[in-house]
Amino acid sequence: MGHIISVLVENKAGVLAKISGLFSRRGFNIESLAVGPTDDEKISRITLEVNAEEHSIEQIIKQLYKLINVIKIQELNPSNIVERELVLIKLSADSKARPEILEIVNVFRANIVDVARKSLMVEITGNSTKVRALEDLLRPFGILELVRTGKIACSRGSKD
Amino acid sequence: MAKITGAQMIIKCLKEEGVEVIFGYPGGKVIPLYDALFDSDIKHILVRHEQGAAHAADGYARVTGKTGVCIATSGPGATNLVTGIANAYMDSIPMVAITGQVSRAQIGTDAFQEADITGIVAPVTKHDYLVKDVRELPKVIKEAFKVASTGRPGPVLIDIPLDVTTDLIDENFKVEINLPGYKPTIKGNLKQVKQAAKRIAESKKPVIFAGGGIISSGASDVLKKFVKIAKIPVITSLLGMGSFPEDNQLSLSMAGMHGTKYANLTFTEADLIVAIGVRFDDRVTGKLSEFAPNAEIIHIDIDPAEIGKNVKVLIPIVGDAKIVLTDLKNEYENYIEKKGIPDRKDWLTRIKYLKNAYPLKYDRNSSKIKPAYVIEKIYELTGGDAIICTEVGQNQMWAAQFYKFTQPRTLVSSGGLGTMGFGLPAAIGAKIGRPDKTVIDIAGDGSIQMVSQELSTAVTNKINIKIMLLNNGYLGMVRQWQEFFFKRRYSQTCIHNCVDFVKLVEAYGGVGISVKKKEEVEGAIKEALGINNVVLVDFWIDKEENVYPMVAPGSPISEMLESEMLEGV
Repeated sequence: MGHIISVLVENKAGVLAKISGLFSRRGFNIESLAVGPTDDEKISRITLEVNAEEHSIEQIIKQLYKLINVIKIQELNPSNIVERELVLIKLSADSKARPEILEIVNVFRANIVDVARKSLMVEITGNSTKVRALEDLLRPFGILELVRTGKIACSRGSKD
Repeated sequence: MAKITGAQMIIKCLKEEGVEVIFGYPGGKVIPLYDALFDSDIKHILVRHEQGAAHAADGYARVTGKTGVCIATSGPGATNLVTGIANAYMDSIPMVAITGQVSRAQIGTDAFQEADITGIVAPVTKHDYLVKDVRELPKVIKEAFKVASTGRPGPVLIDIPLDVTTDLIDENFKVEINLPGYKPTIKGNLKQVKQAAKRIAESKKPVIFAGGGIISSGASDVLKKFVKIAKIPVITSLLGMGSFPEDNQLSLSMAGMHGTKYANLTFTEADLIVAIGVRFDDRVTGKLSEFAPNAEIIHIDIDPAEIGKNVKVLIPIVGDAKIVLTDLKNEYENYIEKKGIPDRKDWLTRIKYLKNAYPLKYDRNSSKIKPAYVIEKIYELTGGDAIICTEVGQNQMWAAQFYKFTQPRTLVSSGGLGTMGFGLPAAIGAKIGRPDKTVIDIAGDGSIQMVSQELSTAVTNKINIKIMLLNNGYLGMVRQWQEFFFKRRYSQTCIHNCVDFVKLVEAYGGVGISVKKKEEVEGAIKEALGINNVVLVDFWIDKEENVYPMVAPGSPISEMLESEMLEGV
């Protein structure tokens, strides 16, 4: 089961190492990771995606809380969040392939952010499903390089 | 405003934290710190190896309840502390370790004697700091002591680059501490405490499982009061020994791999376990799926991560053992006042029967020196009033089994990490902490050789500890496993006659007494206790004596190996 955990930490050197170290020594694999400052520059948010059983997630959250620099932890409910990742895809593309690629890119509301004689670069933001779909469609053209950020997520506002 | 160096600021801050003694070893990167210490009235005990400093600080902390402090230089000095820090971490002992570090500009360059000590100790400390600015020192030291000594205690390491200790700072410079992510829960949820009281009153076969948390929170008196009212038998973990007097008829001593048979059977028959300040370690539970099959569990612990980690819990209560137990006692009293005192005559009769039917045994008629006999004599001749430190292995288990611990903070033993070589330096720390007490290290000939250089520390500082060495010429606990599970193939466990321990202690200026006959045991212990010096008594015990009972690894604790020879003794 994929779980998304959002961790607020003190923005200090070594904190990320402590958190990732905790995961590895307790035997958990981090699927994706994103780190950045929040509106308060003293506090950073770490968004982690982890595959684990419910019981293990509970234990890992408790262990995370024991780290002195960890301020708050939220396990996000996947049905009530907006999740995004950003992916840059460099494709091998000559002039003949470009129209078709452009068409796909438009359908996905992605952007072409760089064009060269034999390649171009596509930028897409979205959830994993959308990103994966685009990746699959672009693969036949020849992906030269693919760079993705870790997943970030935010819970939706209350609906009542 | 007068300026002082970072080193002087460190000493000033340590004084403000009430530090009276430091265990340590100087080196290149802590010379300024030791220079500042030279002018201070804080006592410093120079050990012979940094591991000894960490263990001594640990032993000091265990007997006093104060935070132990140790210092080492950068690189190898710091890495030599690691075992001692890990030991304190596993047993939740408050400790502040200060290490020197190469100057800021050299960090990350593989400079001489550089080690990334904060990186190395992260998994075995409660918290760590690398101080990069002299102005951080007052705040960091204050935070370190707070983190080490509150909540679930543990070691904190402060790594201080050389040039931070020589930088100047206003002597009154202060910054408020700031720990936004650190708020240990102290008071237990009263609704859950009420539920627990009710469940305990309804239970037909309850048992209390008391751990080191009782001792670190100072809850022993409350526990005794609660037991007196509720009449519930008490089992302890190794680290919980002394939290409840073992001469009380409701004490069932220690459970687990080498626990008493009656404690293990009580767990197995109980319908309710009230666990306080324990973490259900595998050495206690044996095969987890068959541990206490009939029992529901109320788990009280200050660390929420311990609750539900190993066993399923019916009522979790996060909080300080003393505060929660006080509330629990009051709620229990209220409950039975309204609903009447529960009738547990059958259960208490059963407990009494188990205690009588399955006492700890050894061959009392043997002409050889039995280790259990030595421990019993030590108990008798000290009136049970000594502080007992142990090494790790058979000596430790015999000490736990045959010495009756009646007071908290009287057993100093490496539980979680099982660190051979802990006992001697820990005894040094314990004696510094409690100079009024007789401090005994019950040692094994394997363990003590890991740290025997600390005999020098003890003798030169007139720290008159008594070492009772149970010498069997083996790495006995491993040999026992080889006997049981590896067809007596004693691979690398025989260390017969490798050193004359009497001469060894004499070489350091202490007193050695050799005991090779059973009749000499009592006299030797008396003599040792009477000598105003470090004394090592070398007991040549029965070489292949085993620790019984024993739960084989992977077995449920209800299935214990016992010596057939001992039937009927």
